[in-house]
Amino acid sequence: MADFNTMELMICTAARELEDGATVGVGTGAPCAAAMLSQKTTAPNLVIFFEAGGVAPIIPQMPISVGDSRTTWKANMAAGMCEVMETCCRGFVDYTFLGGAQIDMYGNLNSTRIGGTQQKPKVRLPGSGGANDFASFCWKTMVITAQDARRFVERCEFITSPGFLSGGDSREKSGLPKGTGPYKIITNMAVMDFDPESKRMRISSINHGYTEKDVRDNCGFELLKAPKVSETPPPTSEALRLLREEIDPYRYIIGR
Amino acid sequence: MDVIEEGIGRLFTDPDPDKAREFFRKKSRELKNKLTTVSEAVKTLLNDGDYFAIGGFGANRIPTAVCHEIVRQKKKNLAFAGHTSTHDFQILAGGKVFNKCDIAYIIGLEARGLSPNARRYMESGEVEVTEWTNYAMAARLKAAAMGISFIPIRDMMGTDTFKYSASKKIQCPYTKDNYVLAPALYPDFAAIHVHEADVYGNCRIRGITIADLELARASKRLVITCERIISNEQIRSDPSLTLIPFYLVDAVCEVPYGSYPGNMPYEYYSDEEHLREWLTVEKDPEQLKKFLDKNIYGVKEFTEYIEINGGLKKMQELRDKEYLINNNTAKK
Repeated sequence: MADFNTMELMICTAARELEDGATVGVGTGAPCAAAMLSQKTTAPNLVIFFEAGGVAPIIPQMPISVGDSRTTWKANMAAGMCEVMETCCRGFVDYTFLGGAQIDMYGNLNSTRIGGTQQKPKVRLPGSGGANDFASFCWKTMVITAQDARRFVERCEFITSPGFLSGGDSREKSGLPKGTGPYKIITNMAVMDFDPESKRMRISSINHGYTEKDVRDNCGFELLKAPKVSETPPPTSEALRLLREEIDPYRYIIGR
Repeated sequence: MDVIEEGIGRLFTDPDPDKAREFFRKKSRELKNKLTTVSEAVKTLLNDGDYFAIGGFGANRIPTAVCHEIVRQKKKNLAFAGHTSTHDFQILAGGKVFNKCDIAYIIGLEARGLSPNARRYMESGEVEVTEWTNYAMAARLKAAAMGISFIPIRDMMGTDTFKYSASKKIQCPYTKDNYVLAPALYPDFAAIHVHEADVYGNCRIRGITIADLELARASKRLVITCERIISNEQIRSDPSLTLIPFYLVDAVCEVPYGSYPGNMPYEYYSDEEHLREWLTVEKDPEQLKKFLDKNIYGVKEFTEYIEINGGLKKMQELRDKEYLINNNTAKK
């Protein structure tokens, strides 16, 4: 089996989740790398949306910004933010890939602040950007993030983007579009999904080289367990080659 | 429609469309030459205390010269639309020109990392903030552009982003679904960088438009910087290409490479080296001060800034980069 780092592993795992012909709204960094890899392997007809207006490009190399020229390279349309977000709101977009400083047991995300108060935060972060919009509108939200107990917290200090809020039917009750919500959480140790009733996060598959105990030890809340827990397939050598040679040759993302 | 729930953030601007109509009623429709300098435009059109917005997407098609000029003229107590803002925010936070901020995206420079100085400023408690999302801010501008006081949107619900916003949640009288209301945002001042404009302010933009078409229509005073001035005959030869019409525009400034160090679609890519330098010097406030003196305060106009950062040679490199051209003749 090929050698790979945790970022490469997460990107390769995430890329497999997108089927050919699917639509996906992506952010900068690992999500974008995953979408590009997917486009070059299993999903050549993947329709990628960028919040700034790029629609259905063939991305030549890693964009540094979700609004830079790479996001409209050989694209089918160069539009604007309202066009893209309203397309998501109409139910056209199947997936979104997001990240965040904190994630809780219902898949809610924090990218706004940690500690202090709203007007004088201890650590100020960028805020929602388009994350809350994508997480509200797209059918299935996937999150790519490294797993540790400081990141996986029982309750986000600040819910920037919605997961299943407080579980059960609370997401739908709040008024967010029906049938939407977190789908998979992809980490360096495992892939998590959500219990259909309680909407709590559960272990779905464990990455090669890790144990259930590793996953639990690096999570700040009690994880449920899917009825059948499998082993996550490792990255193929072809996927790793594409990632290293074509998608991110300057190691902007995989070098982190 | 009863309000079910409302955010506790402050609404920095008045969403009243009738007041905006009174303003727009008096705005000139004259087809007149609006060419001026960036310095003059900022001096006459932006007042201390104003609410302002910057077009583009952070480090893509941004009016960098206007951001520099606002800092150079030491404008103060402004309120800023922190919408899709990255390098623009970094410049403005460097000059501490605003003390109120609507936040959708700030501080970060996307894959490049976070701005240490912008972060210090936002953690200092000196800036009053209200939270939004990128789409919510775009929807607020859209409502203003439509000449109405709000539009319903279907996000932010159930989150702290809503709690610290100035939006309200209502129930739809038709479907009984809940919606969040994005209140109209009429900025006092906005600046947008475009590819081509004529002297009257008719503008052409290539590539993505982000929220600039809404911003141009929502803003009370609008400065356009452009890569190139073109003739009005050219505009009239294909009016379908005009995305911003002259009557929205108060000033037109020709600023070649005006989005530098940001990306300008089909013109030049971002200067990642220079942007990394910004992030590096910001770690030390003393270094940052020297850097700002060199690049902004000690510079008379934007062309000088381009010159000290590599001039035409650098611009040619960035053009090659934009088109993914491997130019073997460049550099050694």
